[in-house]
Amino acid sequence: MTRRTRLLLEFGSPLLVLAAVAVISNLKLSYYFPPLQSVFADFVGIWAEEQTRAGVWSSLVRLFQGLLLATGIGVIGGVLLGLSRTASAMLMPIFDFLRCIPATALIPASILALGIGDASKVLLITLVCLWPVLLNTMDGVAGVEPVAIATSRAYRIRPGDRLFRILLPAASPRIFSGMRTSMALALIMTVVTEMVAATDGLGAFTLAAQRSFDITGMWAGILTLSILGYLLNLALAGIEHRLLHWYRRSREERT
Amino acid sequence: MRRRRIVLAGSVAVAALAAAAVEAVVRTGLVKAEYFPAPTTVVADLAALLTRAETWGAIRLTLQGWAVGMLIAIALGVCLGTLIGLNPYADRASRVLVEFLRPVPAVALIPLAILVFGSGFGSKVFLAAFGAVWPILIQSIYGARDLDSAQRDTMTVFRLRPVDRLLSVRAWNAMPSIATGVRIAAGTALVLVVSAELIIGSPGMGREVVTAQYALRPERMYAWILAIGLLGWGLNSGLFAIERRALRWHPSYRAAQS
Repeated sequence: MTRRTRLLLEFGSPLLVLAAVAVISNLKLSYYFPPLQSVFADFVGIWAEEQTRAGVWSSLVRLFQGLLLATGIGVIGGVLLGLSRTASAMLMPIFDFLRCIPATALIPASILALGIGDASKVLLITLVCLWPVLLNTMDGVAGVEPVAIATSRAYRIRPGDRLFRILLPAASPRIFSGMRTSMALALIMTVVTEMVAATDGLGAFTLAAQRSFDITGMWAGILTLSILGYLLNLALAGIEHRLLHWYRRSREERT
Repeated sequence: MRRRRIVLAGSVAVAALAAAAVEAVVRTGLVKAEYFPAPTTVVADLAALLTRAETWGAIRLTLQGWAVGMLIAIALGVCLGTLIGLNPYADRASRVLVEFLRPVPAVALIPLAILVFGSGFGSKVFLAAFGAVWPILIQSIYGARDLDSAQRDTMTVFRLRPVDRLLSVRAWNAMPSIATGVRIAAGTALVLVVSAELIIGSPGMGREVVTAQYALRPERMYAWILAIGLLGWGLNSGLFAIERRALRWHPSYRAAQS
């Protein structure tokens, strides 16, 4: 395949799909699929409104509060449990059960306990994001080269240095892969909690648009959420790329 | 073997201790029982629920939505993933599209599902299939592509027909990878089915949670949540057990056993 065909395929196909959607939606076959250009117009329109920007902001704040809290708790707990094989083996069945509870089922419970404010949303996002980070950190710490730990013991490296220079760096690829899973879950939880009970935020906006039969508005909301999901994923991948360049290099050298 | 028994006893003890602590906190009135009923009350209510036929009806509806969604996702994901994994043109053409569509939070499509499918069974299935298809697709692509050079050379030397290459070498080789995708997707699909029932109000376990919440019956609400959790845990462990049994012959599973 030449470079030109490659580029043509890679960027031609999305454009083709977009063009097809534009043409089909303009045939007005269904009331539910409005013309593409009016969705884009609405998308630009809602971003011009102060209220939307504030809503997106409050969605993002909740998402990051939950994600950061979960990462903090998950990494600390994961390191502690990763160091003790017996403790982690004992807690594993319990974590396995808690991890398998579909998180959205907990929304009514958190509303009952904490109301419909930010606290209940952030708590739920944290709870959901905790498991991937915790379990990955645990595995990452438990999987550190035994030689590295033995060496650090032999040289009597202080526990602080051992944590920050050996355990955490060695576990960081796993921590990041946990965070990537958590990020997707955090976005899902942010949207669902807003759909169940909220007046601001993107999830609330999109569902409200559908309920008032503002179809282009609903599509604009879906489009915004999709772009948000894409950008969040891209941002985390970028951070990971920068922070873990040493890991990639060492893997390339090995293979 | 002995260590395993000690660990198991430890987990049971930790779980019992945690439940007893919550029970004590609720019974002494530190937390209001209207918000957080005692674990024994919840378990008793779940036991009562399980004797009723309607309960099993709701469980069946949730499971059906999950199963149909998963089947669609598996069919789509495996077929498209194999195509993308084997054909470089399909790979290039789909790359940007998949990269953009994959991070779309499936729950963002709930309003669309309501419009197109109404509040019935179709919404659940659509959302579950949309959410579940991505992990299966990605894992199928990896599975179709990853073939070590010895296998590749053997296929060439034996001059295997393309059909045989696909069905008797690549398909088997891809299975562990696809199985991982299916296991990841199973959890996502259940979350989406429950969310759909919760928000759209399609009949099923998720709706029962909300109904109990509105009826101000916290013990019933927690009983349903517990039931959903048990279902999620059961599906996950069940799939894992099936995967391990069905793929016993594969080197990566053989290594894990010994």
